[in-house]
Amino acid sequence: MKALYLSALFLLSTSLFSVHSYADDSNLDYSVQEVTTGIFYHQGVHQDPNEQNIGAIANVGFIIGERCVAVIDSGGSYREGTLLRQAIKEQTDLPVCYVINTHVHPDHTFGNAAFNNDQPEYIGHEKLPAAMQARQEYFGRVFEDILGAAYDGTEFIAPSRTVTTAQPITIDLGNRPITLTAYTTSHTDHDLTVFDNNSKTFWTGDLLFIDRTPVIDGSINGWINISMQFQSMDFNIVIPGHGPATDNWQQGLADQLRYLSVIRDEVRVIIADLGTIEEASAQVGLQEQDQWELFDNYHRRNITASFVELEWE
Amino acid sequence: MFNRIFNFIIVSLALSFFSISAQAETPTEPLWPTLKEIYFEGKAIREDANDLLVIEAPIRAEDAAIVPISVKSLVTQTADKYIKNIHIIIDNNPEPYSANFSLSPDLGLIDISTRMRVDQYTYVRAVAEMNDGSLHMVSRFVKASGGCSAPAGKDAAAALARLGKMQIRMRKPTVGEPVQAQVIVSHPNYNGLQFDQKSRRYIEAHYVKNITISYNEKALINVDTGISVSEDPSIRFTFTPAASGVLKADIKDSKEQTFSLQKNI
Repeated sequence: MKALYLSALFLLSTSLFSVHSYADDSNLDYSVQEVTTGIFYHQGVHQDPNEQNIGAIANVGFIIGERCVAVIDSGGSYREGTLLRQAIKEQTDLPVCYVINTHVHPDHTFGNAAFNNDQPEYIGHEKLPAAMQARQEYFGRVFEDILGAAYDGTEFIAPSRTVTTAQPITIDLGNRPITLTAYTTSHTDHDLTVFDNNSKTFWTGDLLFIDRTPVIDGSINGWINISMQFQSMDFNIVIPGHGPATDNWQQGLADQLRYLSVIRDEVRVIIADLGTIEEASAQVGLQEQDQWELFDNYHRRNITASFVELEWE
Repeated sequence: MFNRIFNFIIVSLALSFFSISAQAETPTEPLWPTLKEIYFEGKAIREDANDLLVIEAPIRAEDAAIVPISVKSLVTQTADKYIKNIHIIIDNNPEPYSANFSLSPDLGLIDISTRMRVDQYTYVRAVAEMNDGSLHMVSRFVKASGGCSAPAGKDAAAALARLGKMQIRMRKPTVGEPVQAQVIVSHPNYNGLQFDQKSRRYIEAHYVKNITISYNEKALINVDTGISVSEDPSIRFTFTPAASGVLKADIKDSKEQTFSLQKNI
């Protein structure tokens, strides 16, 4: 009797498990929104990547010209990349001629292989290839585990064309010139932005976080400087790396600058007083807690990263 | 104490053998029994030596590239009975044997900290070796960081540009009073595991291998460091200057480059 009960339980649990994984495949509601004519994006969820959300945590999307399509960030897994490719197909039959990666992080690059059939030109910052090589072994090992089936098919595809820092390039999608700019160290040491000249829409990559806690993987000083430069720019709509696309982007920039400045100011005081990373982690920036999603997951990390940078001022 | 290169080869062989044999059963099989045999040659280690030492590490590695780890002794060093060495082992790092601090009995209480790379769930261990040769261990479990935090450096160009730049940071000391000091050296600490796309070669390992901190030409702390140590190695410690004098830090890296800095007290 007991054996029967156990085997029934086993069958039940395995069938539940398979239903569950099928559900992941067929019922995933993956949609894109049109920001302005010919510019679409999928807004990532404010969660850490996992098998259920298929790593779709960042904003990814595309710009349609008269000749072809440029993809801007390819998704957080091969699975998300394929869904994004499908979403493009629903809008246009034009080919994808460019896949642009704003930086190396998995939520922005892991969908690259889903566009291999289009034989696009992959474009990124001149330091993206090195950044990818340095992280590839680690990202592969960790994300294969956390993304499960969504990871299957994921490849690390480095750019075949790179953009030099402070030497923007403009590429044409057919009556639709877009300008790609590479920056000095900021969110990472290889951030790239995309500007659609016709509509004045600006894709920041992770140089702007709205609502979600910004993550420093480059330089707090560099990021503050570039955020301030953006304040004087003329954009109609901004698509941040995380959070909603908005015409009220000045508010998003102001919030991000406030957060980064609070960390910098308070960490500097602790360093000047010969304090430690542990002390800074326990004290700095707690007043920002209610302003940001996933604060507990990323805030102490930001303090650690800032501390070791500001120690050398 | 150990020949590092020989040691590294043995450990790599042992680990690769171990991971093959362990994969069939459970990948989470603890490495410590194997590491213990390799590093301490079968000597008895008293575990949970919480009456002698305290190890502090964050519960979760917030940034995989920079995990602060500190070790404090609860028993004052005396000429008769003192902690001669503290070995830091990070079980699941590519090279688990991470640092060997040789400590002077003049330090009084031991209070040292450093920063390590920790990119997966692991035990971090401090093994104190007393002057009588006995071994005493404390350990902490550290969870891996989530998401996009990789053990790679954030800005390799910036780290290389200021290679060898050093700081000795401390409050104004008083003779006879314990004072906390920090030695930091700017160094990319390449671990030899990173591939350079442009040259199609692995970036040669280039890391700080020894830090010696002395007061009036007498060594207080002599640390052999490995590739687990974070970029820009940092050693924080407490000492009591018995008279005014010169605090000096000497750094040697794996390419035999040397850097030094001193401070008058």
